[in-house]
Amino acid sequence: MIEADHRIFLLAGAVLFAIGFHSLVVQSHLLRRIMALNVMGSGVFLVFIALGSQAPGPVPDPVPQAMVLTGIVVSVCATGLALALADRVQAATGKVELEDDAQTHRNATDATKESRG
Amino acid sequence: MISSWSIALLILGPLAAAALAFTFPKQGRWMALASAMVTVGAVVALGREVLVGGVQTHHVGGWSAPLGIDLRADGLAVLMLGITALVSSAVTLYSPPYFLAEHDAEALHRGRYFWPLFLFLWTALNGLFLTADIFNLYVTLELLGFAAVALVALAGKREALTAAMRYLFVSLSASLFYLLGVALVYGQCATVDLPSLAAKAQPGPTLWVALALMTGGLLAKAALFPLHFWLPPAHANAPAPVSALLSALVVKGAFYILLRLWFEAFPALMTPAVAQVFGALGAGAILWGSVNALFQKRLKLLVAYSTVAQLGYLFLLFPLAAAREGGFLAWSGGLIFLGAHACAKTAMFLTAGNILHAAGHDRIKDLDGITHVLPISAFAFGLAGVSLVGLPPSGGFAGKWLLLSASLAQGQWWWVAVMLVGSLLAAAYIMRVLSHAFTNVSEPRRPHPIPPVMEWTALALAVLAVGLGLAASWPAELLHIGAPAALGGPGL
Repeated sequence: MIEADHRIFLLAGAVLFAIGFHSLVVQSHLLRRIMALNVMGSGVFLVFIALGSQAPGPVPDPVPQAMVLTGIVVSVCATGLALALADRVQAATGKVELEDDAQTHRNATDATKESRG
Repeated sequence: MISSWSIALLILGPLAAAALAFTFPKQGRWMALASAMVTVGAVVALGREVLVGGVQTHHVGGWSAPLGIDLRADGLAVLMLGITALVSSAVTLYSPPYFLAEHDAEALHRGRYFWPLFLFLWTALNGLFLTADIFNLYVTLELLGFAAVALVALAGKREALTAAMRYLFVSLSASLFYLLGVALVYGQCATVDLPSLAAKAQPGPTLWVALALMTGGLLAKAALFPLHFWLPPAHANAPAPVSALLSALVVKGAFYILLRLWFEAFPALMTPAVAQVFGALGAGAILWGSVNALFQKRLKLLVAYSTVAQLGYLFLLFPLAAAREGGFLAWSGGLIFLGAHACAKTAMFLTAGNILHAAGHDRIKDLDGITHVLPISAFAFGLAGVSLVGLPPSGGFAGKWLLLSASLAQGQWWWVAVMLVGSLLAAAYIMRVLSHAFTNVSEPRRPHPIPPVMEWTALALAVLAVGLGLAASWPAELLHIGAPAALGGPGL
């Protein structure tokens, strides 16, 4: 019974990771991509917790839980940095999506021409 | 006991300096200078300790593995710490005039944030090289990524911000792939301590999946072809000292973890097929990066694509060092190449920064006459080029020579062909820059003056890159200490 439970969480974690990665690749809105990263992270944390419950005896292994705590701290910082950067990107380009490099270059050249003209 | 102190200082020194530089922004450069002196001293002390007493271990907080985190210094770690200290010290000397020379208020503002971020980057690198624990490696990898992304964004222009954002997405998702791999490894082996893993690892499907996830993430961070797409815009749009740090050091952090994983923790999984795949990706990087470098119009982009190519040589180490015969030869060759590339690439990006300052642009076709204006910088670029191409007696030559000897000894002649073609292409793209730079112009331009220290630091690193070839036996001797057993013993 316990064995089956932990497999469900393991599978759920892997699925969350895959959904998150898929969204990160196909979505273009910056906020959606940042959320996709968080979904990926949650998937990884779930895998950690599920593997920790594998330990023999009634008490789950505390080490993966400590790792997840560290991981959550890192992921909060990462989200903060990503949001701040997304804000700057929007302020500079007026868009909440990333331009491809050719586009960026063209726009920058246009902006220079405009400021000169 | 000294070793414990020097290991602690290597992490706490730059960390304290970073915190102080953040609190007292005007004193940033002095904090960095103090950190540089402390770090260089600590690396030298630790290096002597390792040469005399072998591998040094420090249990953080007195808790040893598996409960606590172990910091460990072997020859490889000391070499990487030394390269980091050299490049970072050069950047410390170069950067104050670089950020002051731009004169506008925004540049000064950038300069203030540069110092704490740079020092955090340095802390993360030192931590990464000293860590002997795959979970703690994840933490240092993230710290490194955050500081690097913020440094790219420092340039403030839309290209730089876009590149930084893309870099952050790649870096964060790559870290999560790595972390998922760590979870599976822990589930399988019940430890994250590198030395214990080698004993506990039983090759099986779970470990293969885990290692594939970790390796995929690290290859993206190391910008190995075909996962290099984020590197050229990020490295080319950052301020010059930042580009130097990124190309010389940051991408090598991920490469270093790959070495630790495949040769130390899981040598049992290093099959010939895996080794050849690494080599093939490296070969792809050499050819793709060099050809792209050849067609760039801007100097900084050319240097960035050259990084993509040169990283490829590092990955040739995998098929060559994994073979039983001459494994250590290839191992030391690859790492000497890494050191030479770090010095040469720093020199090149700093030179590119000088040219950008003096001429106001870095279009390669308009570089004519730059040798009259910046003779020292042009000379530094040429010398760094000598090492990148791999001409004797440079460090690049010594590294390539060892790799070539190993591949000939093992009969893996196809890597020889790749290395020779890569060298020819490197010579072509370096000559393309130099031929424009050495053209005479009838009417000399009036450039902005450049503070001499910006030129001399670039030259010093270029000289080091060339000089490393003459002193190549020293790093090789250091690398013997604590070299992975999978290399077939250090006796070769």
